Amino acid sequence: MPDAVLPLPEPRRFGETQRRDVWWLAPLGTFIVLLAFVLYSTWAAFQGDHYAWGPYLSPFYSPELFGYSQHSWFGPKPVWWPSWLLFSPALLILWAPGGFRLTCYYYRGAYYKGFWADPPSCAVGEPRKHYLGENSFPLILQNLHRYFLYLALLFILVLAGDVWKALWFSDPATGRTTFGLGVGTLVLAVNVVLLGGYTFSCHSLRHLVGGCLDVVSRAPIRCRAYRCVSCLNRRHMLWAWASLFWVAFSDIYVRMLSLGLWSDWRFF
Amino acid sequence: MPGATFRIWRGDAAGGAFADYSTEVTEGMVVLDAVLRIQAAQAGDLAVRWNCKAGRCGSCSAEVNGRPRLMCMTRLSELPLEQPVTVEPMRAFPRIKDLACDVGWNYEVKKRIRPFKPRPPDAPDGTWRMAQADVERVQEFRKCIECFLCQDVCHVLREHAKHQEFIGPRYFVQVAALEMHPLDAEDRLAELGQTQGIGFCNITKCCTRVCPENITITDNAIIPLKERWIDRHYDPIRRFLGWLRLKGGAGSGP
Repeated sequence: MPDAVLPLPEPRRFGETQRRDVWWLAPLGTFIVLLAFVLYSTWAAFQGDHYAWGPYLSPFYSPELFGYSQHSWFGPKPVWWPSWLLFSPALLILWAPGGFRLTCYYYRGAYYKGFWADPPSCAVGEPRKHYLGENSFPLILQNLHRYFLYLALLFILVLAGDVWKALWFSDPATGRTTFGLGVGTLVLAVNVVLLGGYTFSCHSLRHLVGGCLDVVSRAPIRCRAYRCVSCLNRRHMLWAWASLFWVAFSDIYVRMLSLGLWSDWRFF
Repeated sequence: MPGATFRIWRGDAAGGAFADYSTEVTEGMVVLDAVLRIQAAQAGDLAVRWNCKAGRCGSCSAEVNGRPRLMCMTRLSELPLEQPVTVEPMRAFPRIKDLACDVGWNYEVKKRIRPFKPRPPDAPDGTWRMAQADVERVQEFRKCIECFLCQDVCHVLREHAKHQEFIGPRYFVQVAALEMHPLDAEDRLAELGQTQGIGFCNITKCCTRVCPENITITDNAIIPLKERWIDRHYDPIRRFLGWLRLKGGAGSGP
């Protein structure tokens, strides 16, 4: 790098800008929506109850490794679980999709603006003079995004399995299981589609499937995969927000059914 | 003929202030037209750098109403003319006079990027073969006109003055164009983190938003470079697989 320090104009004060547009609206919207999601999902995760109804399982609790619903993989709360520690099936698994979103390239740019004002918006003065970027702890951990991606891909398979299970309804009187379709089935199916769009449009996946190659044409399958992921990646922001809203709504839908506040409409 | 007020920054490296100029505006005018009209009629000593007036040379970069723009590509019909239109030089570079600033730092950075180094020729006549699928990714980066608006809007340079540790979006595009080139055999990944400061980029996408050539700087250049850097430094699984592949290749050789 050139050694001389450049004589630049004085940095602007926090929020100072010559911009005329409503530049604060997008970061404020990000702040409000993400904060609302974090608060709701944390509350829902700690409830440990009303997360399943009939064949439906809330995506915040899937996979239910240990728990008390019919969806549990390994039975009820394990005996080794410390008695002083609050138990909820969501707490065992929610760190993985949470970590995937937290380290996502799109969300990083959005919450650095919305929560840290770093910067508040493009060409707007910042509150801090000191800046380390993603070079040091803790933000250097953002580089672990691809490991969360590997886990997120497994979650898509599990959630797709939940949609299949949501097509089979048990009659409490006879105990017979019949094929059916309810609004809840559609809610969970849309959830998988949106989460799948978000996961398969991931920048890290784009790199892993073909972006890492300089001569991708010699690997035709990877070349096609790279094109598909690149196509989805152009709308990564849209997938990110749509899947965020819908995963929360899916939990709300199942919770409302379980609480008896809503009833599920069956198509057949 | 309707008029508009232009609030133009006047001064030099020691300091300056905005000065208001009123001028007539006509249909189809761009900000550069208005600035040149003011220079011709009211402020003969107004310094402004321009050349092609067609969005090709990247000379007339400035901040119009607080947004980094090419003055020649900013139509007055896009701006609210009931308020003064502010025009100031880019803030990420030293100011020389009025709207002209010294962008020489960029050329010094460019000299330090390892140049193109082609692999051995594919054919006996000394030529290479490339597939369109391989070159189309880097063709996007060749649209860059070096207007330096992306450097100007990047808060790492503009607000934090990390010019000694960070090369900026324009040169990540340059590194990406070379690093992803199907014929290139040079390795530039070591410098990406150490001296070029890719870790400073926190993906605000401001560079992409201001690019007059619509280069998807963040998604197609910076993030892929970050991922290649992660391959090298933060992915032990890929490193292990690469080591196995190398070992297997070495074992199966003659």
